[in-house]
Formats: sequence, structure tokens, C-alpha cells
Amino acid sequence: MTDAPLPADQPFRVSMLVYDRRYRSMTFQVIVFILVMALAWWLVNNTIQNLAAQGKDFDFGFLFQRAGYDIPQTPIPYTSDDWHLRATIVGLLNTIIVSILGCVAATILGVSIGVARLSKNWLFARLMTIYVEIFRNIPLLLWILIIYAIFTEIMPPPSAYRGDDPAWSKILFDQVALTNRYTAIPALGMTNDPGTLDLGARITVNWAVIAFLVVIIGGWFTRGAILDRAQAIQDRTGIRPTTWWINLAVMTVPSLLLIWYFGLHLLAPELQGFNFGGGINLGNAFVVLWLALTLYTGAFIAEIVRAGILAVSHGQSEAAFALGLRPNKTMNLVILPQALRVIIPPLISQYLNLMKNSSLAIAVGYMDLRGTLGGTTLNQTGRELEAIVLMMLIYLVLSLIISAGMNVFNSRVKLKER
Amino acid sequence: MKKTVFLGSIAVAGMAAGMGMADTLADVKARGELNCGVNTGLVGFAAPDANGNWAGFDIDLCKAVAAAVLGDPSKVKYVPTTGQTRFTALSSGEVDMLARNSTWTFSRDTDLKLDFAGVNYYDGQGFMVPKDLGVTSVKELGGATICIQTGTTTELNLADYFKANDMEYQPVNIDSNAEGEQQYMAGACDAYTTDISGLAATRAAFADPENHVILPEVVSKEPLGPAVRHGDNNWGDIVRWTLNALIAAEEYGVTSKNIEELVKSSENPEVQRLLGVSGELGAMIGLDNEWAKRAIQAAGNYGEIFAANIGEQTPIGLTRGLNAQWTQGGLLYAQPFR
Repeated sequence: MTDAPLPADQPFRVSMLVYDRRYRSMTFQVIVFILVMALAWWLVNNTIQNLAAQGKDFDFGFLFQRAGYDIPQTPIPYTSDDWHLRATIVGLLNTIIVSILGCVAATILGVSIGVARLSKNWLFARLMTIYVEIFRNIPLLLWILIIYAIFTEIMPPPSAYRGDDPAWSKILFDQVALTNRYTAIPALGMTNDPGTLDLGARITVNWAVIAFLVVIIGGWFTRGAILDRAQAIQDRTGIRPTTWWINLAVMTVPSLLLIWYFGLHLLAPELQGFNFGGGINLGNAFVVLWLALTLYTGAFIAEIVRAGILAVSHGQSEAAFALGLRPNKTMNLVILPQALRVIIPPLISQYLNLMKNSSLAIAVGYMDLRGTLGGTTLNQTGRELEAIVLMMLIYLVLSLIISAGMNVFNSRVKLKER
Repeated sequence: MKKTVFLGSIAVAGMAAGMGMADTLADVKARGELNCGVNTGLVGFAAPDANGNWAGFDIDLCKAVAAAVLGDPSKVKYVPTTGQTRFTALSSGEVDMLARNSTWTFSRDTDLKLDFAGVNYYDGQGFMVPKDLGVTSVKELGGATICIQTGTTTELNLADYFKANDMEYQPVNIDSNAEGEQQYMAGACDAYTTDISGLAATRAAFADPENHVILPEVVSKEPLGPAVRHGDNNWGDIVRWTLNALIAAEEYGVTSKNIEELVKSSENPEVQRLLGVSGELGAMIGLDNEWAKRAIQAAGNYGEIFAANIGEQTPIGLTRGLNAQWTQGGLLYAQPFR
């Protein structure tokens, strides 16, 4: 093989595909691509052949048949007369609910623990280390099962609240009842109900919810505008106007007005027959799964946060102190913005892990996507391949959405290289 | 040219894989072992004992088939399957037959491409509640929390029954019988529902079986039977007629005790054909003539199997009821051996 480039006037010959450096890499890539495609085609074809040999076809029609089974936790109205498709959507919503709540709680917990591990207090820091090591090094499924067993065995059945002298009584101002089936929490009642907006497909949203969303989002943007104006004044005059009380008012006063207008109040759960009614019963399966996912993923996030903070060199905070910045300003303006660059990429992985780990829900009978589409629906229809393929696609799409969202955030906190 | 050879070989490989599924009898004989899909643990029907030996009503059927096909009832590999994995295990060829309290339904027989080889237990779905709940009828369970095994017909029957009676309920989905037991014992559900035979078996495993009652209502028909893959009719016939042989043996009074004697002395032509003394029934299903004799010797006839595993003398304590011979007012009716 010669390294000298060939004269340009040489006519193209087939042997050049192997011997000419300009073409060689391309040749090998094409060969590998063909081999990969052939393998994929062979796998798919083999599957189709074997299905045909068993007399089975590949058909998603089962999604439009009556499901016939009930689901304990339904974010949208669902009865056993609905299609398997709707059962699948209910399961998907359950997955999304537990994933979002898990991500939020795990982030809060992880950041607190991660910062606490860097505490000057020796005992406090060691305790946090113990927490992180215990939760990080035991499989999640075991945590789910042990927490479930604790909830099942230690909490009383609802009947323990019955009678004139019950063995158990409700906690938190008589509002919350812990049982071995669910945690009964108060529901929100309204004296001035504005009615609901019908979105079709038997899904309704109360106007009050929409009003609160509008007010909160509006408040957030108003706050941003106020801060921008304060920054502009500071740039012009060097004096920063006091904004905290205006921001606080913008964020809270409209919500308080709405609460007063709708007459929001708590409806405490009461024992009715076998179970509590009137409030909201958070099933133990949901509480346990959420708790386990939070504690487990929180331990990983704590390590990520700690590593991110340690990655910012000590000189940065010393320089900030030398300029006279207070510790909390130093953290917010100097250390965290730099630490976030290190924190966010592994944090994306943790969110993805949490979402995928939520499919362990079946261990405690929480009917998520895996429990509905990949569980009962798969069983009752016998469409294993279709159900599993569809489930893989849904999880893939969810993961890509989380990744995309976090990547947008990441690009905003990245070092701006100019 | 090369490409066509490649495609051709793939097609042949695919066909071969498909064909390989089709002759279960040859596969079992070549393997020297019967793979039998059973329950993960339901006392009386299929459960490993303290020494790890599987025993139970369904297990004995596996043994009878192994004895008929391989000549040795111990040549069985028991594959525990959950309600969710059982049919996949069968259609993928992981097991040769399924003896796992599975209900014979239209869609399983047609759409799932299974063949049910008969009914070895006529069952129905019921409900179990603790005695101190003070409930005497399912009609009083409105608003109750009920544990169900997910992926079973039970789940659908429960939804249908409560809907038909216009009652609310809160399902707690569980994955296995053991988990259901744990939840029920802890009081996490008011009632546990599954087939009545399963309830009796579960209750027998409790420390205080007398404190739990099985409510009188039977809310569904659950004919439980062994299943095989669709499309291998000869293998299906072997399983079907092995079960029939056990039922017929009880009807004609052939037991594992007197079978050797009857081979020599029986005057009944049907018994002679069943035991292979006359006729060529074995050859018709690709076995030798003593297949049914071996099957009956493996664990006894249907009545003996019933009495030993789930009968009234056992902790399970099930009466024959619907599962008595047709001559005794039950539903068991073996087709004639001729």
C-alpha cells in the first residue's frame, strides 16, 4: 500500500474500492451496513415464518375490542366495557404520573442529600453517605417489595377505624387515614363549581383547574418580566430595585383570589362500608412504587450533584468570597451554574432509568403500561408479539421525549463558547 | 445467484423451525423427557413438597402422559408458569403440554391456537372472606376491595359479575397465588377470588382455615383442562385419550392395585381394549399397546388421583360434586375405547 495520492487522471477501477484510501472506508461501511440489514431482515422474516407456522398473524385489531377488566387507578374515566386501547392509555397515563412525580421527588431529595453530603458536620455527612450506599447497592425490585410488605403488614385495615373506640384514628388534623390498602387523603371540594370542559372521549377537565394553570403560568412569566426590568434598571443606574415582594404577590395573590372565588375546601375521607370514601384513596401500589423509585433514584442523583459541585474548583468560591459575595449568592451565581454543566447529562440518564424502572410496577400490582398492555391485555388477547412491540415503541417514544426536553435545558446551561 | 441461495437457505431454515414444532411426540421421545407446564405452587394441584418433589392433581396427569409415551412416570420436567406466561410457554414450544388449572374458553381454543384435550376438573369461580367480616353472600360485597390474579379469566368474570349486579368494587391485582395469600392474610383485601378449587387449596395452607368461609355463589363456569398446541393433532390425541383412559379406568373399576390381575382375568371387552389385551388402539396414536395400562399405573385412575390430592381425606377437602362419574350424577364421561 502506498501513501502517495494517485494521479487525478487515473480512470476509476473496481480494485480502487479496496486499495485506494479515498474509497476504502466507504466500502467497508457499505459492507457492514448490508450485513446488519441482512441480519435484521433475517430475524424479522424468521419471526413471520414461525408465526405463520403456528397459524398466527400480526394484527393490532385487538386494541379495538372490549377489554373486560377493571383497573384500580384510572386518571381518565374507564370501565370494563371500554376498548383495550383505552386500557392501554390508562396504563400509559399511570406510567407517566408515577414517572413525573418520581422524577420531581427524586430530584428534590437527590439535590438535598448531595449538598448535605458535602456538609461540614461530620455526623450528618456520614449519615447521608450511609443512605446513598444502602439505596444504591440493593436492587430496586427488593426495595419495592420490602416497602410494600411494610405497608401491607404494619398499616391497619380500614375496619380498624370503625366503631366508637377505634384502634386507629386519622392523622394530620383528622384528614389522612393510613390503611394497608391505600392512603386516604382529603379531596378538594368547591362551593362555587364552574363546571367542566369536555375534551371528547369522555375526558373532562374542570374549569377551575384550567384557571389555576393560567394564573400560575401567567404569574411565572410576569415574574420573569419584572426581573428583566430590574436587571435593565441595574445595568443603567447600578441600583437594583427590590423585587421580592412584588414577585411573591404576583405568584400568590391571584391564586388566593381564585381559592376564595371557587370556595375551595378539603373533604376529609370518611369510612363508608368496607372502605373510606369522600376523599381520594391513593392505592398502596402507587405510593409504594413512587416511594421506592424516589428513594432509589434519589441516591444516584445525590452522587451526581455532589460530583458536579466538587467539579467546580475551590478557587471559584474563594474568588467570589473575595469579591464580597455572600455564601448563598456564591452558590446561586457562581458554583451552581458551573456545576449544572456536569450534572445535567447524567441526570438525563437517571430520569430515563426512573421511567423505565417504573415498569417494575407489576410486582405490587400497580397497573401501569406494563400491567395493562403488557399484562392483562396481552394475556386476554394472546397477542404477545404485538403487545410487546407496541410497548417497546411507547417506552422508546417516552424516553426520546425526556431526552429531547432535557437536551434543550442542557443547551441553555452549557458553556457558551464564542 | 449468491443472494438467492442465501434467501433460499433462510426460507428453509424458517420452514424447518416451523416444522420442528409440529411433531411433539417425536420430540418428546428423542428428548426422553416430557416438559409439562404447571402452576407455580397451588397445594393439591401442583406444588413442590419439602423435598422438592412436585405433587398434585395436575402433576399426576403429567406423570400419566409421561408413562404412556415414555414408559416412565418420573421422566417429566416440571416448568412452573404464571397465569401470564403459561400460554406463551406452550405456543413457543417451551413446554409440550400445559396442566395448569387453565379454563377452556372459546378464544383460547381458537384465537390463541391452543387445543384443550378435555376437562380434568369442572370448576367455578367463587369468593373467600374472613369469617369475622360477617358476609354471607357476594351480593353484600359492594364497595369491597378484592384481590385477583391478573391475566386470568377470573379478572373478566369479576368485572362482569359486579357490573351485572350494579356493584362497585376496588380490584387489587396480584401476580401469583402466594402474593394473593399474603395480601389477603394481611387484610389488604376484604375478599379473595379465584376458582373454588384454588380457594380451597389456598385455605388449606392457612394456619387457621376454619376462620375463612367460601361464599356460596359460583359466578362462572370454569372447565379446567390440559392444553396442547394447535396443529399437532396426534399429540393432542395422546393427551386427550390419556385423560380419558384415567376417567374410563375409574368407571370400569380398574385401579392401580388390581390392574395386573384384570389384564389376565377381565372379561369386559372394553377393559381388554383399554389395557391392550386385545385390539390395536396404541398403534393408532403411534404408541405401543400397553400405553393406557402404564398411564393408569403411574398414579392410579381418576378417582385415585382425586382422592390422593384434593379429596375429602386431604387438607384441601373437595367433594367430588360435578367431578363424579356420569353414573354417580357427575359430569365425567369418557368417550368409548373402541
